[in-house]
Amino acid sequence: MLPTNFEALSVEAASVQRQASAWQRVRDNTSVRIGAAVLAVLVAIALAAPWLGTVDPSLFDPASRDLKPLASGEITTLEGETLAHRFLMGSDSFGRDIYSRVIYGTRVSLLVGVCTALVALSIGVLFGLVSGFLRKVDAVLMRVMDGLMAIPAILIAIALVAMWKGSLLTVIVAIAIPEIPRVTRLVRSMVLTIREEPYVEAAVSLGTPQALILWRHVLPNTVAPLIVQGTFICASGILTEAILSFLGVGLPPDIPTWGNVMAEGRAQFNDHPHNIFFPGIFLAVTVLAVNILGDGLRDTLDPKMARRT
Amino acid sequence: MNPPDLPILEVQDLTIALPSGGDRATAVQHVSFSVGRGEILCLVGESGSGKSVIAQGVMGLLPKSLPLTGGRIVLQGEDITAASPARLRELRATRMSMIFQEPMTALNPVMTCGDQIDEVLRQHTGLGAAERRAKVLDIVREVLLPEPERMVASYPHQLSGGQRQRIMIAMALVLDPVLLIADEPTTALDVTTQAQILKLVLELQRRHGTGVLFITHDFGVVAEIAHRVAVLRLGDLVEIGARDEVLRRPRHDYTRMLIGAVPTLRTDQRPVDHAAPVALRVQNLAKTYDERSWFGKRRVVPAAADVSFEIRRGQTLGIVGESGSGKSTVARCVVRLIDPSAGSIRLGSDEIAELPRGHLRPLRRRVQIVFQDPYRSLNPRRTVGEAMIEGPMNFGMAREAALTRAEDLLRLVRMPPASMQRYPHQFSGGQRQRICIARALMVEPEVLVADEAVSALDVSVQAQVLEVLEEIRKRLQVAMLFITHDLRVASQVCDLLAVMSQGRVVEYGPAHEVFGAPQHAYTRALFAAAPGRDFAFGH
Amino acid sequence: MLAFLARRLLATLPVLLVVSVIVFLMLRLTPGDPAAVLAGDAASTEHIEQIREQLGLNRPVPVQYVVWLGHLLSGDLGQSYYYKTEVTTLIGQRLEPTLSLAALTLVIAVALAVPLGVIAAWRHGGWLDRTLMAFSVLGFSIPVFVLAYLLIWFVSLELGWLPVQGYKRIAEGLGPWLRHLLLPAITLSIIYVALIARVTRASVLDTLGEDYIRTARAKGLPEPKVLLRHALANAAVPIVTVIGIGIALLIGGVVVTESVYAIPGLGRLTVDAVLARDFPTIQGVILFFSLVYVLVNLLVDMSYVFFDPRIRY
Repeated sequence: MLPTNFEALSVEAASVQRQASAWQRVRDNTSVRIGAAVLAVLVAIALAAPWLGTVDPSLFDPASRDLKPLASGEITTLEGETLAHRFLMGSDSFGRDIYSRVIYGTRVSLLVGVCTALVALSIGVLFGLVSGFLRKVDAVLMRVMDGLMAIPAILIAIALVAMWKGSLLTVIVAIAIPEIPRVTRLVRSMVLTIREEPYVEAAVSLGTPQALILWRHVLPNTVAPLIVQGTFICASGILTEAILSFLGVGLPPDIPTWGNVMAEGRAQFNDHPHNIFFPGIFLAVTVLAVNILGDGLRDTLDPKMARRT
Repeated sequence: MNPPDLPILEVQDLTIALPSGGDRATAVQHVSFSVGRGEILCLVGESGSGKSVIAQGVMGLLPKSLPLTGGRIVLQGEDITAASPARLRELRATRMSMIFQEPMTALNPVMTCGDQIDEVLRQHTGLGAAERRAKVLDIVREVLLPEPERMVASYPHQLSGGQRQRIMIAMALVLDPVLLIADEPTTALDVTTQAQILKLVLELQRRHGTGVLFITHDFGVVAEIAHRVAVLRLGDLVEIGARDEVLRRPRHDYTRMLIGAVPTLRTDQRPVDHAAPVALRVQNLAKTYDERSWFGKRRVVPAAADVSFEIRRGQTLGIVGESGSGKSTVARCVVRLIDPSAGSIRLGSDEIAELPRGHLRPLRRRVQIVFQDPYRSLNPRRTVGEAMIEGPMNFGMAREAALTRAEDLLRLVRMPPASMQRYPHQFSGGQRQRICIARALMVEPEVLVADEAVSALDVSVQAQVLEVLEEIRKRLQVAMLFITHDLRVASQVCDLLAVMSQGRVVEYGPAHEVFGAPQHAYTRALFAAAPGRDFAFGH
Repeated sequence: MLAFLARRLLATLPVLLVVSVIVFLMLRLTPGDPAAVLAGDAASTEHIEQIREQLGLNRPVPVQYVVWLGHLLSGDLGQSYYYKTEVTTLIGQRLEPTLSLAALTLVIAVALAVPLGVIAAWRHGGWLDRTLMAFSVLGFSIPVFVLAYLLIWFVSLELGWLPVQGYKRIAEGLGPWLRHLLLPAITLSIIYVALIARVTRASVLDTLGEDYIRTARAKGLPEPKVLLRHALANAAVPIVTVIGIGIALLIGGVVVTESVYAIPGLGRLTVDAVLARDFPTIQGVILFFSLVYVLVNLLVDMSYVFFDPRIRY
């Protein structure tokens, strides 16, 4: 008689994979570490701005115009006092301290980046879910998204800011709007794919109502790609804000942003390249850090997407 | 020239390492076998046995992450273990060829079939264009493809699975190699197509005297074509010998277990309890897909038409058919995952075919389904316990009671109750499938639909799951609708049988009658195509 | 196949319609009187009334849209209050520099990026692969104008090889045209190269994992043949797709690059128009660029027919 002791002799159990938890993989990834570390430094700079040897970024002194980096000069406070001041990164054509403007600019850029990502993600997720679940709305909404994607993002942002007058809120919304279609598409495609999965079908046949299916089965599996997408939107937002300000159609010139500093310094570029390069370096490093963080997150959280980009 | 008694292929003490960090150090260890001229050696094993790794190792196609760390590979007396890449390229297609499992993905989708065969000739011979074309057409004819000119000019996606596999065979044999390695070439094909391809391989092998190393997991195929058999287990060669010896008088415990796990083609009559109430009655069920596109023609596809059957409590009805037969469509209609176009589905005394979704929900608990792919049937982010209690809690059961019932059912499917706190990825395919069965039973269904539930499992694991299903049937008197393409499984498990082809039921009756004396021509052809059907396993 | 092409063509119409609605709404969303906005800051009351009549701003909004659309379809994009000419004329004047810049950038980018991506995928994990990935992240992260200034400072001011700014029409000679355009094109192409190289690498990596690559090697084919005839041929569709989608990035970059390099093209026109709040021009430029984007992607869609026989039949 042939034995039926399959369990003892079966080889299957031997090859079950051991998987480190997602959080651990994220923490161990080099890109994530580097990106997060640099960003932590930048956040620290942004928070500690008043104590890093800066002055109020709107202070100026006509006697200290167009100084080279490390030059000494004077600066007039709001009360009218004149202080001696070392201009670490030089001064612009109004006599403002570029170093202070660059340090305070960190706050604006990070704020714009994060807020843009949050706005774009929230609206995009909403649209994507609606699109994925309601077929009739889907057709119309997708056409609208296609139309929105057909207009180059910069142009939408420029046009919107031009119409609504530049302020922090309008800039954030103007930059976020062109990012919404991509998030919508991502969420929609994930919803459509996940709904086809056998475990969702099993939930349907077990009597789970649609809303619960959405909450329990669909949404949790969308979180990882959305986080990755969010970091890239953040990077894009920081860049776009800088470009807008540089072109003169972003935030008002008195708010210190890297783009504004560079816009101001354009005219003197030939003799004073530092006006562009100092804020430029900060900008590049920040965006680079966010992008590297995003790459690392993508490699660990969403391997399928990793190969696609 | 090859002296007749020198083996074509000799593998001596072969060891291939795995990348570090896995659950074992080597994919295969100390494996030795040989393939003689004109001989078919079947390499059998379950997943993870290393059979594919050996096949690719012989051809030199292994990635750098799987290095050969011991042993030799000798092809016609030449040691090719450490051969240069250039020498290996020379040998491929001219002396040794390989055909793979999935013909759709194994062919380049953007090149015509003719060009892909021609490529082999261009690379290895100095023949001119006209001569090459003649040779290509010859080999296409030899693999019994109709309209060779049209086949040669077609792209892979325009051909059927069986036709694509013939193209692969043509590509492999056009230069008449002495060794053919076939890595599960028929696993992805329908039963009838499989029979044709096996016949073709046998025919060509006999004509050309090719030695064949045939990888498979299907003992039916082994019974059908092998001269000698080698059994692999987790990288070890546990048994090797002539076919009849290994299949009828296996020496190793593992081999014995594997052969014992192969479902038998039963011919005995199974008792039918006519007093048992009818749990599911389907009448004239039809599902038609109406495809309309802006510019294309309107296509009306009848996936299922005029399907009728009934199952009593404690009975198992099998629906057998090939791909496109409509069996999965019927299963999904019964569970109302898709809506039938016409017909009636009666669960006990309730008619559910036309019921709107809202009214359907309370009745859903009475018919449950287990799917084919155990790796996608459980939400990876929820624990087993959470997956199990979802169903009953939807219908008002308290959490504590649900957890208790979950533990009981897990025990019934021979899983430890501690599984509740674990996540799906911590379990193997067979274990996951058992969890899915337990999950389906949580809502106390009257009808359980198993849609190819064991098709993706290894044969020994399959045997375990089938045992579990049998036990459930006896204890809970559930009516089961068992969808499968595997005749052996159907024979072992089913009381009643329905055979479907192109959306219609062509034969229906008690299993022993249908198997013993098939009436319809299609049924007869289907049974005749089952590999190794004349071989009585385990007796 | 014809059905496929016809379908793609028809599919662009709803998109263009949506674009027109969005652009139309943008003007309506401006705070204040649209007629005054269109007429400009220095317009007289009669002029404003004239515009109000012309565009039917007294009528309900859907009617306004239809009127506006009607003007659009007959080629009337309105008059720029700032430049005092037809918007269509303006666009025509500024077209050549932008087109030249975009074309040159495209050529440089594709010629560099595709081979780099293929080799990076082939030598996956090697030094070239890692260097390329590092450079591509860098290319995404440094804003175009900073890069532009870097290059200007280094190449033009320090080394003096190429002129700092300006544009020379082709009519004035190919040499000067190229000399003035080379630096801007290189600046702009860096982002594009980063994007295309990445996608090429990913796409080729994907295809290298497919079964037919294993079959090709099993036939004894040499690696270059496997890479080109089997891998790249199948990787083409995603690569071409991203070239099409990247046009949006390209247009954005053009706006900034023309600004830095003082090239009198459509990008500069956009910025000037925004600063001057010249709405007809802003509208016209946005519509034009969107049309270009849609047409380019339509061409890309149609090119699939050559790359993928499954679409043909």
